[in-house]
Amino acid sequence: METAFYLAATVAVLATIMVITRYNMIHALLYLVVSFLAVAVVFLTMGAPFMAALEVIVYAGAIVVLIIFVIMMLSLTREDVEQEKAWLQPKLWMGPALLSFVLLAELVYLLVVAEMPAAPATAGSYVDAKAVGLALYGPYVLGVQLSGILLMAGIVGAYHLGRQKKKVIHRFLQEKEPQKERSAVI
Amino acid sequence: MTAIPMETGLMLAGVLFMLGLISVMIRRNIIFMLISVEIMLNAAGLAFIVAGSHWAQPDGQIMFIFILTMAAAEVSVGLALILQIYHQLKTLNSDAANFMKG
Repeated sequence: METAFYLAATVAVLATIMVITRYNMIHALLYLVVSFLAVAVVFLTMGAPFMAALEVIVYAGAIVVLIIFVIMMLSLTREDVEQEKAWLQPKLWMGPALLSFVLLAELVYLLVVAEMPAAPATAGSYVDAKAVGLALYGPYVLGVQLSGILLMAGIVGAYHLGRQKKKVIHRFLQEKEPQKERSAVI
Repeated sequence: MTAIPMETGLMLAGVLFMLGLISVMIRRNIIFMLISVEIMLNAAGLAFIVAGSHWAQPDGQIMFIFILTMAAAEVSVGLALILQIYHQLKTLNSDAANFMKG
């Protein structure tokens, strides 16, 4: 368990360093996913399996996918497509693949070798999902309601900000209107 | 099996937080700055998990759930703002957004 923690911690720090030194956003996001997965393994070794699952689902899943969608929306030109062809080279995905392979080996180790003594041996610091749920809807129920309000505000705010104003769209259309009309005539 | 010392976990959280802070300060791409904020929030959550694991209490994990909720709301609003900035300024350079105009 200790070895798994130190290995995952090393992977997390390395992947984070790679994230902040990349020039390409998609490469950085690949390493960011690895970093979140490594932190999830750290949570698992800390005796918080529910939080490890949440980290994978929400951080490495939802948030990263959201960022990828926005990056795709921002720059979609023919040059980018050509460049993407050049990006899909082994040396580009080899780094994240190597780091996540270390995490996979750890996962297999934790599942196979450390399965038997997992629950009783880590009883000292093991906090399962049941205790978290009881505390969440017991003394912390006000926090749950507040985060519900926060998420509601986030939805409304994202909708309001993400909606493009009519003036902006109109300015874009004005710039490209002659070409469109010509193509329509043809 | 509770051999992982608290100091090590907190040190890892500190290192990750410092990496995110450095990235916020040195990068000028606004999406990279958002990613770095995510890294910092994640490191803060890691510190809560470490503390909760040390005392075997669920409170640390509950704080992590709240941080997770806040990060999700923050990233959605932040990405909407980035889209607006890109449509207004045609660039992702955060230095370009140095004026405020309604």
